[in-house]
Amino acid sequence: MMAPETKKNRLGLSVEAYLGGLSTLCKGCGHDAITRHIIEAFFDYGVAPHEVAKMSGIGCSSKTAGYFMSRSSGLNALHGRMPSIATGANVANRSLKVIGISGDGDTASIGLGQFCHLLRRNVSLIYVIENNGVYGLTKGQFSATADPGSKLKSGTVNPYDAIDCAVLAIELGCGFVARSFAGDGAQVVSLLKAALSHPGAALLDIISPCVAFNNHEGSTKSYPFVRKIDAPLHGLDFTSGFAEISAQYPEGAVQELKLPDGSSLNLKKLSRDYDPTDRAAALRTLEESREKGELVTGLLYYDAGKKDFNATENLTDTPLCRLAEKELRPSPDALRRIMERYG
Amino acid sequence: MPFNPRRVVNDFTIEAATVNGSGSQTSNLILTHSIFRMGVPVGPKNVFPSNIAGLPTWYILRVNENGFLARKRSLEILVCLNPATYAKDIARVDPGGAVIYESSYALPESAKRKDIAYYPVPFDHLAARHIAEVKLKKPLTNMIYVGVLAELLGIEASAVEGAVRHQLQGKAGAIRANLDAIELGKKYAKENLKKTDPFFIERRDKTKGKILIDGNSSAALGCLFGGCTVAAWYPITPASSLTESLIDFFAQHRKDASGKNTYCVIQAEDEIAALGVVIGAGWAGARAMTATSGPGICLMSEFVGLGYYAEIPAVIFDVQRIGPSTGLPTRTAQGDIQFVATLSHGDTKQVMLLPATVQECFEFSVQAFDLAERLQTPVFVMSDLDLGMNLWLTDPFNYPQKPFDRGKVLSEEELSRRGEFARYLDVDGDGICYRTYPGNSHPKAAYLTRGSGHNEQAAYTEDGAAYQKVIDRLNKKFETSRTLLPEPETDYRPGAAVGILAYGSTHQAVAEARRILQESGIETNYLRIRSYPFQKRPVEAFFEKCRTVVVVEQNRDAQMAQILKLEIPSEHAAKIRSVLHYDGFPIPAEALVEGIAAKAGPTDASAPVIAAGEE
Repeated sequence: MMAPETKKNRLGLSVEAYLGGLSTLCKGCGHDAITRHIIEAFFDYGVAPHEVAKMSGIGCSSKTAGYFMSRSSGLNALHGRMPSIATGANVANRSLKVIGISGDGDTASIGLGQFCHLLRRNVSLIYVIENNGVYGLTKGQFSATADPGSKLKSGTVNPYDAIDCAVLAIELGCGFVARSFAGDGAQVVSLLKAALSHPGAALLDIISPCVAFNNHEGSTKSYPFVRKIDAPLHGLDFTSGFAEISAQYPEGAVQELKLPDGSSLNLKKLSRDYDPTDRAAALRTLEESREKGELVTGLLYYDAGKKDFNATENLTDTPLCRLAEKELRPSPDALRRIMERYG
Repeated sequence: MPFNPRRVVNDFTIEAATVNGSGSQTSNLILTHSIFRMGVPVGPKNVFPSNIAGLPTWYILRVNENGFLARKRSLEILVCLNPATYAKDIARVDPGGAVIYESSYALPESAKRKDIAYYPVPFDHLAARHIAEVKLKKPLTNMIYVGVLAELLGIEASAVEGAVRHQLQGKAGAIRANLDAIELGKKYAKENLKKTDPFFIERRDKTKGKILIDGNSSAALGCLFGGCTVAAWYPITPASSLTESLIDFFAQHRKDASGKNTYCVIQAEDEIAALGVVIGAGWAGARAMTATSGPGICLMSEFVGLGYYAEIPAVIFDVQRIGPSTGLPTRTAQGDIQFVATLSHGDTKQVMLLPATVQECFEFSVQAFDLAERLQTPVFVMSDLDLGMNLWLTDPFNYPQKPFDRGKVLSEEELSRRGEFARYLDVDGDGICYRTYPGNSHPKAAYLTRGSGHNEQAAYTEDGAAYQKVIDRLNKKFETSRTLLPEPETDYRPGAAVGILAYGSTHQAVAEARRILQESGIETNYLRIRSYPFQKRPVEAFFEKCRTVVVVEQNRDAQMAQILKLEIPSEHAAKIRSVLHYDGFPIPAEALVEGIAAKAGPTDASAPVIAAGEE
């Protein structure tokens, strides 16, 4: 009998090459589901693991950088500071595919400033917020993305409005803004693959229930509640630019977004017309869904036209970290001429 | 006042008291470069307020043909162009000095001194009558005093013109307008003022081949030649001009063949993000720097801890200013030494370079990138406002001779050869481990760098023994760093019993104080610490040879003395006396002489005792 053939991606790697260390998160944690989606997306897309840099801050979400792609380098840094280290790594080595993992505390509270400025610069990376509305590692305090009126396990009601990172991202000019749910693997994987094809910053705000502290009655980020309010904007189907066959759709049913690497994201119409390239419509839809108490998911906003940070900074094609001394240290004559200016 | 027959040549201090934002900086620089072009050494100190326009500012220019250019208390020539301060300013002029002032000021009785020469000049009137363009009237009013001084002191026209051309690099219209304004002052002085003061500039050749440069530009040049590719910063006085100079140097010298940048400068949202970018870039294998001052260092402390513990190279310039808190943003200090030495929480020890001259600002800056990568840790270059923002006379910098030292980095080939890789394993026994860059395709190259507890394999751990192993090895690395850092510099004099121990920008004042003490018969030994940690042997030898050691610092708490006491045997520590100066101004040479005399105790068996030592 022949051994079953393991599936290989376009690089000839099997999914084992994308696995990470064992998770120490709680059984059933939304973050672990997202970890699996990341592995699937990066494997499917065919990203070379050593070309990936995994950057994270502090919190349950940030720990997951250790749970996928052990053959990728990573930097698990400081609370709220993932954007700055990701920016530094990105400019130092522009050939790295950077994925930043953060949480709602990491991004919407202590790291809100860095989050905004990373988007403003349009640094090339996939920014994943594993958003559960609570601080898990410190045992269940509200975060700034907790919805008003939602309840802690203790019964405490959150009196404050939530910070919506997706709305912020659209306002800050991010060219790829998506929202999804850890429980919707197909959607998360499609969005991640599309994000891999996007040259600038791609934000994925993924609702990721905390089974320990925020999965009870009265929570608005529990598995049952999110399943109830989840309102996908469209069905998503990612077609790799590297694949030979592309899917056929009946005319009018699909909006095809061409991505810069030759891939495309096909948006299958569901209950409504939604054009993610219309920024005003995106903001309006988010506001209306907030009023209705539904959670719209999918690709909220897309703009391929914006220059990424490396282009804005006019960076040389060779990664800065690979430039040799002869390219970096000006000549003795250059020093002599500089010195003359001070004489 | 009768003409003073005593000629004082090339040895005095000129001070220009003006209003911030009035364009006086150009005039002051032209005056400085004019005297420099007369071949006479000059040392300026720009005393400026934390303000854009309106508050008083003073430009203090020491002229000394023997090259002693530290700040002095004495003031011989004063230019009064600030109605808000002139009465107080005049009171500070030494007897026998001279005052050039705006003649419309009504001098109060207290300012009408008999022991100084007065030169009233109608600056405003001259400007109003002769300078046509309205927006140039104010800045060019200041230029008039350059002409008055040139006439009174005998600065040659060619030197002034050379200075104007140098300062205004090729801007023909501006050169003409400034030269005209200078001529206005010169002519007025010639026709209306009778010189009664004794001060003259005479041509010498003491500045031949030398340059005038500030420490921040020098450090920026070090970054350029040290191979820095990523700079991230947040504007702060007095460090901004370091990165701004670097931006200029980069723009001129770092383009690839297609005109793209071989560098990236990021003006971050705060100092936390600035160091975050640097740490991220250093982790990815680029040479990265940030420049800041005390408040920025405070914000950076958490990232510094990550850099120390996760062992990521970074170069951090601390151009020190007066603290605590916002403090005096435009005044100098050496107040961050103890803070930076153990910056960040937990057990940390940071590496500091302590430049004393603009030459060292350049050299240590180049070296800092090698050290950061060799030691895989943040390296601090501790400059200060005085060194960083003032111009200093120096020989041109030598081209760096040593090639880059990128430290212990394993390539794919080297990993294949070794077969094994553990990021935090002390393979060589020097406490410095091997690293890989992200992007290395060898299957064993990748690891997750973390600021949380980790073992030698870089895996997460809460195991006490595994944690301790790493943190002890970091201490070993710190000890190794002593041998790689710049050695202390010493100068021993025969018969000297007193030692002076200093670091950083007080060097020039120490040199002059030693000369003054020597002239009064007191020889001193001198040791200058150039890094922390420092090599212990030369420091201990210095203590062995000195009866007392006066540690000179520009802070209140004797910070280096405190560090020394932890590092040297107690019998040596008992010899320490401190001379401290912390009013925000560079220590004047006279104050240093007095301080040393008061603290040193018996200076020599045969020499006269100049003061009782403080015990």
